[in-house]
Amino acid sequence: MGETTWRTETPVQQPASTARHSLHLVAPIWNLGTSGIRGLSSAVTPEGNQRKGRMLLQFLTDRFYDVEALRGYLFQKQVSKVHKENRFQGKEWIRSTEHGYSPLQLLSFQAVPIEAVDASDCAINYEGLDNLLALKELQSLLLQRCPHVDDWCLSRLHQLANSLQELSLAGCPRISERGLACLHHLQNLRRLDISDLPAVSNPGLTQILVEEMLPRCEVLGAEWAQGLKLGPEEQSRDTASPIPA
Amino acid sequence: MFRGALWLLAGRGYVGRGLSTRSGGSTPDWTEKVSEIKKKIQSALPGGPWDPLYDTSHLPPEHSDVVIVGGGVLGLSVAYWLKRLEKPRGAIKVLVVDRDHTYSQASTGLSVGGIRQQFSLPENIQLSLFSVDFLRNINEYLAVVDDPPLDVQFNPSGYLLLASEKGAAIMESNVKVQRQEGAKVCLMSPEQLQNKFPWINTDGVALASYGLEGEGWFDPWCLLQGLRRKIQSLGVLFCQGEVTRFITSSSRMQTSSGKEMTLKRIHEVHVKMDHSLEYQPVECALVINAAGAWSGQVAELAGIGKGPPGTLEGTKLPVEPRKRYVYFWHCPEGPGLETPFMADTSGAYFRREGLGHNYLGGCSPTEEEEPDPGNLEVDHDFFQDKVWPHLAHRVPAFQSLKVRSAWAGYYDYNTFDQNGVVGPHPLVVNMYFATGFSGHGLQQAPAVGRAVAEMVLEGQFQTINLSSLLFSRFYLGEKVEERNII
Repeated sequence: MGETTWRTETPVQQPASTARHSLHLVAPIWNLGTSGIRGLSSAVTPEGNQRKGRMLLQFLTDRFYDVEALRGYLFQKQVSKVHKENRFQGKEWIRSTEHGYSPLQLLSFQAVPIEAVDASDCAINYEGLDNLLALKELQSLLLQRCPHVDDWCLSRLHQLANSLQELSLAGCPRISERGLACLHHLQNLRRLDISDLPAVSNPGLTQILVEEMLPRCEVLGAEWAQGLKLGPEEQSRDTASPIPA
Repeated sequence: MFRGALWLLAGRGYVGRGLSTRSGGSTPDWTEKVSEIKKKIQSALPGGPWDPLYDTSHLPPEHSDVVIVGGGVLGLSVAYWLKRLEKPRGAIKVLVVDRDHTYSQASTGLSVGGIRQQFSLPENIQLSLFSVDFLRNINEYLAVVDDPPLDVQFNPSGYLLLASEKGAAIMESNVKVQRQEGAKVCLMSPEQLQNKFPWINTDGVALASYGLEGEGWFDPWCLLQGLRRKIQSLGVLFCQGEVTRFITSSSRMQTSSGKEMTLKRIHEVHVKMDHSLEYQPVECALVINAAGAWSGQVAELAGIGKGPPGTLEGTKLPVEPRKRYVYFWHCPEGPGLETPFMADTSGAYFRREGLGHNYLGGCSPTEEEEPDPGNLEVDHDFFQDKVWPHLAHRVPAFQSLKVRSAWAGYYDYNTFDQNGVVGPHPLVVNMYFATGFSGHGLQQAPAVGRAVAEMVLEGQFQTINLSSLLFSRFYLGEKVEERNII
């Protein structure tokens, strides 16, 4: 099915010239994802010490139409595989129409587990979290700059402990260090962003304590050295005057 | 316009200054004189406290529909819900009487501030669940126009109760009841406990129950001040004074079986002022006894318990003050940010305080070791002998700690079954109780206040049924035991 939908896009022209030209023409259709056209060609012909084999293959492709057709076919299969990974069940991203409604196709995906939710700048609150906590396979949750997410909301996140790997709380005005204390339930958390939390009283110390609490997690937050003052030796070097007692 | 300008100048004192220089001496400021005259006129107008003989502004009013004895969190909560549930608005005049407006001995301010749903009695669990909701939405309940929003500084870190072999079965059945009522509690084996909190020594622990949501600790002062501010805005009057006497009237009634009972009604409450013999008789329709540790004494004033023992007249209110110590220590190697409010198998408990590796904790003494509740002096040896060994055994990091300070507070201890007393007295028909919660009054105050207000206004409990906590159980001997007392 993936191949047929791929073919409805601009078809790849297979010129009679060398296979190298056909490789270049595929590039515009295919957007980000893998490393580049060169990466793909290396996927088709294995790397390593097979330079002689590659040269031979190139010679044969130039000489024989069958070899060229075979290589083209294999190459198409690779590209469509990558393309499938960049799509969802063979379709593009499902976006809401200009009136704000999602197409009916969305309903057919109810059984699909959701892995990531970006609820940044959303006015989600304690009761609204019910919807997110029902997603038992959620791996990434972004709650940046949500104005109503507070310590009480954080105390509910323990329900996602089994799956949550990434959590971002940057910029939420109501979260304090007391709410951050209940993140220790999330033992699978690998990335936590607690930068720019205005209600946290001591960001540097809080960061250290959160890092101790979640040893396997990478915590992004305030630079812990920002609140520290220079020691007396460093100060005298800077100011070149005695420190007032 | 010229006259207006002259008045302005007079107000600013220019004319006065001119006059004074002419007379040659310094006269008092013109503005001060004007404000004094204004004050005198205002006090003489109707509505002011002006009495031609003497100033009565410190005395309570002469009439009040409801008099609440005790201005702690329970009393204020009852006042709040009375004003909130009354129909029509402004119908009931409420007066809150407390003998100490600094709350120096009140249990509310001295409390450790914990809130949990891990009780064994379903009513307690429901009370606590509603109170947590109240705290979460505190600004919806207690918001006052133009005042800053309240922040109770809630730490949602949960409670961790540990049970030894013999307590494990009880803990399991308790957790079952808690889950049924809707509390989010989980049971942990010693291995899981060790995994989750590596700083615990699980020696002697057979089972642990851990609250996942809605449990933790908060700032009781914030709740108290928030309630106070809100009910003042709703028109509740406050008075600092001590209730010394109730004027009652009795009537003899016959029960359906022919037995004669004497029913009493309180008509007046005598409120005595601080450091003086002056008192004010306040005529009232209802009295709410929310005097905390001293509720027993207030009940005796109304004649509760004065009768032959074994009868309903002779059943006293079994609430007495019990002193509890709280110690504040620092331990740099202590448990981290994830520390819950932990209660050990021995009864010793502790919790974190702030970010700086400071901890609060204590232990309830056994019956034989009960300290004398006459004063609030702290016994530091109690920590050395009774609290520290258990803490150090359970959390090895606490073997080296430094006690920074300590204080003591009262539990309004119900010697009968350690659960609260709510509702009217069967004989003194217009005295309602809201007391006796033995250490968990603060965390149940919002819900208890609502229950008592419903009882007063509707005659029955509407939301949470607390009929098992009525006074009559003391006479009937029906103990409603709470097994999870910290």
